[in-house]
Amino acid sequence: MALLVKQEHGMANATTRTAVTRDLIGLVAIIVVAGIGYLLFPNNLALLTRIIAIAFLVLSLDLVTGFCGIATLGHAALFGAGAYAAGMASVHFGINEPITMVMVGLIAGAVAGLISGAVVLRAHGLPQLVLSIALIHLFHELANKASSWTGGSDGLSGITPDPLLGMFEFDLWGRTAYVFGVVLLLIVFAVLTRVVRSPFGMLCRGIKEDPIRIRAMGGAVQSTLLRMYIISGAVAGIGGALNAISTQVVGLDSLSFTLSAESLVMLVLGGTGSLYGGLIGTVVFMWFEDLVSAANPFHWLTMVGALLILVVLFAPRGLYGSAAAYFTRRGERR
Amino acid sequence: MTNALEVDNISKHFGGLKVTGNVSLSLAPGDRVALIGPNGAGKTTFVNLVTGNLSVDAGTVRLGGEDVTSKGPMERVRRGLVRSFQVTRLFQDMTPEEHVALAILQREGRTNRLFGDFRRMPQVLAEVDHLLDELGLEQLATTKVSQIAYGQQRLLELAVALALKPKVLLLDEPAAGVPQSDTGRIEQALAELPADLAVLMIEHDMDLVFRFARRVIVLAAGEIIFDGLPSEVIENARVREAYLGSYANASSVA
Repeated sequence: MALLVKQEHGMANATTRTAVTRDLIGLVAIIVVAGIGYLLFPNNLALLTRIIAIAFLVLSLDLVTGFCGIATLGHAALFGAGAYAAGMASVHFGINEPITMVMVGLIAGAVAGLISGAVVLRAHGLPQLVLSIALIHLFHELANKASSWTGGSDGLSGITPDPLLGMFEFDLWGRTAYVFGVVLLLIVFAVLTRVVRSPFGMLCRGIKEDPIRIRAMGGAVQSTLLRMYIISGAVAGIGGALNAISTQVVGLDSLSFTLSAESLVMLVLGGTGSLYGGLIGTVVFMWFEDLVSAANPFHWLTMVGALLILVVLFAPRGLYGSAAAYFTRRGERR
Repeated sequence: MTNALEVDNISKHFGGLKVTGNVSLSLAPGDRVALIGPNGAGKTTFVNLVTGNLSVDAGTVRLGGEDVTSKGPMERVRRGLVRSFQVTRLFQDMTPEEHVALAILQREGRTNRLFGDFRRMPQVLAEVDHLLDELGLEQLATTKVSQIAYGQQRLLELAVALALKPKVLLLDEPAAGVPQSDTGRIEQALAELPADLAVLMIEHDMDLVFRFARRVIVLAAGEIIFDGLPSEVIENARVREAYLGSYANASSVA
């Protein structure tokens, strides 16, 4: 009997090991892709850093939409809050130490997540979506009107981050910002893969599928979702801060409905509820956007639209989700 | 001895319609009670009043002697009142192992943990294995629920309920929708429920009621019209009257 139990534990541990191996592969893949990007596009690191910053936003959105089933078209509020907070810390308070700026962004994002969550979680379905849209417009207007703090429609400029760790200047080529972004992404990704597997992560997945069942198990639905919203805000806030540090300016577009909608499109493109899908969707969407807008400045939106229709029709679970499902099926057939 | 569940004179109206009127009943630890009644008798409403999903208009509900009338469903679950659903409510995308682990972690108040994996918690794992083993689900531990048969999903419902270590278990038609060939396994699981657990089962299938229950309560038009031994329910005139012509089961009751 003892042997049997041991064996079963061995099996269960194997499942964990697979998951851990997959996460390690994921981290290595990020490093490899980031390295290839650095080597192939040394003159376009600003775009690559922008992709990383947006990847934080999409990961953050995946946490609430993919793992908790919350519909939102206002998620850029969390990203913009981080960006403006980091920017204002530098411009108005002279906080120029980059890691501190990221922390400021993280906290501001978490607070914005708390506010957004408190509002958005009041409703479900379409009303929830409408609340989220109202929210992003309110955040946008707030940033627009408080122009003495935010620069209004001119944007917040004059952000002057100190050298990273006192050694690496944020240079004109954006090398430091890029490496900084990659390292931040690796840390956040490693943390998130653990969070989504944790008891809390399991509870969130349960809530997504059937909140009534979770309540019948004695689980708290609203407070759990709010907590995830705060975590999600922290992640988006890091992305916002990274964007503020790397571009040294924060514009109203970082708090826009458009960015919110685009981040949802990127998430669906890559596939929800896996974290990997969010990353892949961000890279593919932004790279494709950059490619076709350079190739054909007049019809690039048409092409982006066509790509999305193709993916939704032929890979409804997104690029990563559909590929993963395909390989699972193939694995089972063997 | 303190009763596990004590319902005292509860009533509920929807508008002008009385759906539950002055219902009282108590369950002691170890009780096996079946709640039957024709369609529309108010069985589901009664369950919802007990679990706290509906609030009572009057009367009290006690769990283990403590008044929980003003407490919500979550509080009652945490005090040991657990229900299963008539139609399985499981998480299609999760495995039986994850279901049971989630219930155990929830019971222990550990679902707020942001780190750690239950697969690395030996004591949780041992309990998961034990429960799945008991219900014959060990082979399916890591198969997604969407891919397992309905009869086994019902067993998993039971496993989830048991993982919460209930003191009072409300079973809403635990064998509903299960093909005849699989009901044996469910009945066996019901027979093996912990001895000190108080069980209230809502059931239409009279054969199952007679095999399982040591006490039968009949609800009709929101009121208890019979509370006694299974052998007596057949003879009871009021029960026959309530069922006559109103439900197909009349033939098996009469």
